[in-house]
Amino acid sequence: MYQLTKKNKDFILESVLTINGLFSAIAVGLIFIFVTRESLPAIHLKGWAFFIDKSWYPLEGQFNVLPMIAGTIFVSLGALILASPLGLFSAIFISFYAHGSLAWPFRRVVELYAGLPSVIFGFWGLMKLVPMLNEIRPPGQSLLAGILILALMIFPIITLNLMANFRPSSKKYYRVALSLGMRKSTYIWSILLPSLKQQIVGAMILALGRAMGETMAVLMVCGNIVKMPTSIFDPIRTLTANIALEMAYAMNEHRSALFFTGLILFLLIFVLISVADFWRRHESWKE
Amino acid sequence: MNQNKYPWVKELGCKPCCELKPKIKIKNLSLSYGKRQIFEDINLEINTGCVTGIIGPSACGKSSFISCLNRMIEVVPSAKVSGDVLIDGKSIFDSRLDLNELRKKVGIVFQEPTPLPLSIESNIILPLKEHKFDHISERVEKALRDVGLWNEVKNILKEPANYLSGGQKQRLCMARTIALGPEIILMDEPCSSLDPISTDVVEKLIHDLKGKYTIIIITHNLAQARRVCDFVATFWYDGEKEIGQIIEFGRCIDIFENPKNKIVQDYVGGLKG
Ligand SMILES: Nc1ncnc2c1ncn2[C@@H]1O[C@H](COP(=O)(O)OP(=O)(O)O)[C@@H](O)[C@H]1O
Ligand SMILES: [Mg+2]
Repeated sequence: MYQLTKKNKDFILESVLTINGLFSAIAVGLIFIFVTRESLPAIHLKGWAFFIDKSWYPLEGQFNVLPMIAGTIFVSLGALILASPLGLFSAIFISFYAHGSLAWPFRRVVELYAGLPSVIFGFWGLMKLVPMLNEIRPPGQSLLAGILILALMIFPIITLNLMANFRPSSKKYYRVALSLGMRKSTYIWSILLPSLKQQIVGAMILALGRAMGETMAVLMVCGNIVKMPTSIFDPIRTLTANIALEMAYAMNEHRSALFFTGLILFLLIFVLISVADFWRRHESWKE
Repeated sequence: MNQNKYPWVKELGCKPCCELKPKIKIKNLSLSYGKRQIFEDINLEINTGCVTGIIGPSACGKSSFISCLNRMIEVVPSAKVSGDVLIDGKSIFDSRLDLNELRKKVGIVFQEPTPLPLSIESNIILPLKEHKFDHISERVEKALRDVGLWNEVKNILKEPANYLSGGQKQRLCMARTIALGPEIILMDEPCSSLDPISTDVVEKLIHDLKGKYTIIIITHNLAQARRVCDFVATFWYDGEKEIGQIIEFGRCIDIFENPKNKIVQDYVGGLKG
């Protein structure tokens, strides 16, 4: 009989993992190639016009993508700015201040938040948040509405991520800090959080990626008018919403132009992850 | 102090600094984790300025016992303590007592070297600032000199403490504790993860600290206990009652030269445990 030796088992596990990794890399590569190939006709035809056309008027052959790039960046960065402290404080509260019986329901609620379908956030935003904003400053469907909804959607990602990171390192150092007569707050702000800089940025990047890719919720609350926003009360259209709205009827160069917007989204996220990775490497080299 | 009054001190080559005046009085101290009783009704007096060793096999409750003395045991939610511990006649369980002040007064050095994930100097500065000390940099230097680490680290104070070797880390932890000016220092097997040379340095340090501080040290190394201690308490796990106990307490030399308890005789003779 052929026996599985320890070495063989290692080899099998390693192969499975390698194939797995290769598969996801190839899948991403293929999607990238596909999106690039589909957008090539538009790139050939329009070139720099994508950035200097009058606006996005597909029927007139005008395809300026800048307002939508701006929309995507503003709405996701704005959401991140709101969600980061919210996520951080929730994680600290649940991990260190909520007492046993209180921590559990809080944790469950945050997990529920993270798993809630975006259309529900969008629906709530459209029915409640937009009318409220409309009273402050019409039309209500706006960059601000998108920021608020997205912030609610992504802060649980930050919270859950940080809570997972708090557990392992905290036990040991927490004990040391207390044994030196330090307060819990000193421990959290001067020891724990500085030691988790990389993980905090990692959680923020993950959340930002989610925000940039979110489609349904922003489509429902942002108004979708293609215009460079001049205030947070202006409606915006994001790259994702643009594709979702027009893909169904787009043809020829219009269709290709939509793929081009997809390509831009792809590149934006790629740049984001690369910058984060570079920073992280730089930081871990220092340690 | 009168050296002749405590002849064993001289015999062991220790500094004549021990005073037979109790610093800590432990009265009927019991501890359980949930339903599991760890030890019961422990009574012990720890003398001022002495080094008191705690020896005994693993898992009989030594670490749990000393972490009652600065109430670090309260970090474990299931731990229940009863009885009393008096330091200079005052109960540490008094509700008016400031817990952080207690822990400043009763420092602890853990088994594993546990520098905080900060720079070398911040490891000492942060606790000093927490307790509102002034002349911080002088105190940092003094503490590092006391543990013999100053010359090794004076040029790398801003580097992460994790760069240090195991022995250096443990001495940094001691410096951090000493810097707060404690009256009592608890050490939980401080040398168990150190090489012989670092162990030697730590033992010398304990000799130097003797008299200035009241020290309680847990150790598995009987030869070490013999070298550094003035008094020794032997912990043992009582299989019948399923609890830890102090089966013999006395002067170091008595415990090692002529113990009364049969188990201790075998244990220090290297036959048991
Ligand atoms: N946090 C804890 N919760 C439950 N049981 C514990 C805990 N810490 C230690 N124990 C148990 O208490 C007993 C004594 O442990 P400890 O005080 O670490 O002994 P020692 O230091 O003498 O080796 C052991 O049986 C151990 O399993
Ligand atoms: Mg122990």
